[in-house]
Amino acid sequence: MNPQVFDIAVAVARVAVFFAFVFGLVVVMTWVERKGAAYMQDRRGPNRASIFGVTLFGMFHPLADALKFLFKEDFIPDGAHRLFYQLAPMFALAPAILTMAVVPFGPPVTIAGKTIALQIADLNVGILYLFAVSGMAVYGVVLAGWSSNSKYPLLGGIRSSAQMISYEVSMGLSIMGILMVFQSVRLSEITLGQGELLFGILPKWGVFVQPLGFILFLTALYAEANRTPFDLPEGESEIVAGYHLEYASFKFSMFMMAEYIHMVVGAAVVATMFFGGWQFPYLADKGFVFPGGASFAVPAAAVLILRIGSFVGKTLFFCWLYVWIRWTIPRFRYDQVMRLGWKVMLPLSLLNIFVTGLVLLFIDKGGF
Amino acid sequence: MTIGVKKVARPEQMSFGESLYLLEIVKGLAVTMGHFLHNAAHNKDIPTIEYPEVRRTMPARFRGCHRLMKRPNGAPRCVACYMCATACPAKCITIVAGESPDPAVEKYPVRFDIDMLRCVFCGQCVEACPCDAIRMDTGWYTPPEDTREKLIFMIDKLLEK
Repeated sequence: MNPQVFDIAVAVARVAVFFAFVFGLVVVMTWVERKGAAYMQDRRGPNRASIFGVTLFGMFHPLADALKFLFKEDFIPDGAHRLFYQLAPMFALAPAILTMAVVPFGPPVTIAGKTIALQIADLNVGILYLFAVSGMAVYGVVLAGWSSNSKYPLLGGIRSSAQMISYEVSMGLSIMGILMVFQSVRLSEITLGQGELLFGILPKWGVFVQPLGFILFLTALYAEANRTPFDLPEGESEIVAGYHLEYASFKFSMFMMAEYIHMVVGAAVVATMFFGGWQFPYLADKGFVFPGGASFAVPAAAVLILRIGSFVGKTLFFCWLYVWIRWTIPRFRYDQVMRLGWKVMLPLSLLNIFVTGLVLLFIDKGGF
Repeated sequence: MTIGVKKVARPEQMSFGESLYLLEIVKGLAVTMGHFLHNAAHNKDIPTIEYPEVRRTMPARFRGCHRLMKRPNGAPRCVACYMCATACPAKCITIVAGESPDPAVEKYPVRFDIDMLRCVFCGQCVEACPCDAIRMDTGWYTPPEDTREKLIFMIDKLLEK
C-alpha cells in the first residue's frame, strides 16, 4: 500500500475511533447521570422510553432527548446579539472536542512494519496544549452569558469566568509535580514512565508519586468542568440555569455535550496522568512480572487488549466519580469557592511543587 | 412547645478531620454508594409508585369519584329528591326527576349528571342523601380525559361503578 495513503488511513481511523469512544461515552453518561442520581436518591429514574416495548433500564432516553432537541423550535430571544448568541455554543463545543486529541488510549502498536501511536496527535507540548485549548472553553460560557441579553445568564457567565480563571491557576500548578517527576509534558511519555515500579512494589502511578497533586488536580478539574460542587455558573437555585438559560433546542444540547465531553476527556486525563493511562499493573510487554519475581507470559494481542481495557476502565471509573460526587456533595457558596481556589488550592499546589523539587534534588536525583 | 421541633446539638467548631473535608467527602460517598447499590440490587424497595400503571390503594374512607347505588331489582336507589344538588357547594349536580314506573317508588332521576370538573370532592352530597343512593367509595381519583364533555359523568356511568 502507498505509505502516504496508509498514514492518512491510520490518522482518520484514530480520530474516528476516539471520536466514537468519547461521543458514545457522552451519550451513555447522560443516562448514567440520571439513573445514578435516581438510585442514589431512592428513585427509579428514566425507565419510560421504549422501542417496541424494550426499555433496557431507560437506555433509550438519550436518543429520545436528542430527537426532542432536534425537533424543537430554534429561537433567538429579542435583544440578543444575533451573531454571538449563535457562536457561543460552537465556542463551547469546539474546544471540548479538541481536547481529546492528545490523550493516548493505548500503547504504540506495530502494523505492517510501522509503529502507530494509539493517540490522535502526540504533540511535543502535550499537556500544555490541553490546558491551552480547554482554557478557551470559558469563551463559550462568557459569550453565551453576555449575548443572551438577560441578567441570569450574565451572572452565570461572570461567575464562570472568575471561577475558571481561578482554578486554571491551581490546575496548571498541581500538574507541575507530575511533569517534574516524569520529566516530560508529553502524555505518551508520562504514561510510559508510569509503567515502572516504585520501591519495587507499587506501580509508579502518578497518584502514588503525587498524592497531593492528584487531589488538587481532581478538584480543579471539577471546577473547570463546572461540575458539582463547583457548578455555580449553572446554580439553578439562584440564577435559574446560568449561562445557557436563554438557549433551547440543539444549541442547548451543544452546551450539554460540551459539558459531558469535558467530563469524559477530564476523566481520561486523570486516568492518564495519575493512574497510569493504559498501563496495567505489573503487566510488561511480554507478560505479567510481579514484584516477588514471579512472572508468566501473556500473548501480545492479550497484552494490547488488557492495556486498552485498562485505560477504558479507568476512564469509566472517573466518569462515574463525577456522577458520584455530584449527588454526594452540595454546591459551595460563591465566596467559599473563591476562598478554596485562592487561599487553599494555590498555596498547596505551590507547596507541592516545592516539596517535589526538594525530594528530586536531595533524595532521588534524576527522577525517582 | 411547637410540635415537631427537634433541637439538634451543633458543634461550635469543626474538628481538624472535619475541616480537612476530604475524609467527610469519602464518608458521604460511602452513604450515596450504599443507597445506589441497595437500590440497584433491590429494585423492589424503591418506594416510587409507577403511577399510571400502578395506583396507590386508598384508605376505605377516601373520597374518590362518585357512584350511584342500585336497588335489588337494578333500578337506581335515588329518589330524585334534590338534597345532594342543594347541598353541593360547587353546584355540580344536575338532576331531572321523572315519575317512577315502580308503584312503590314515587320518583326516579331521568338525568343525574355530575360535572367532575366542578366537583370539589367535599362529600356533602353523600352526607345529604337520605337513602344512601350516592357514595364516593370507588377509590378512583383524578379521572383523565381528552375533552371536557367526557368529564361530565352521566347516570349510566355513575350506576355502573
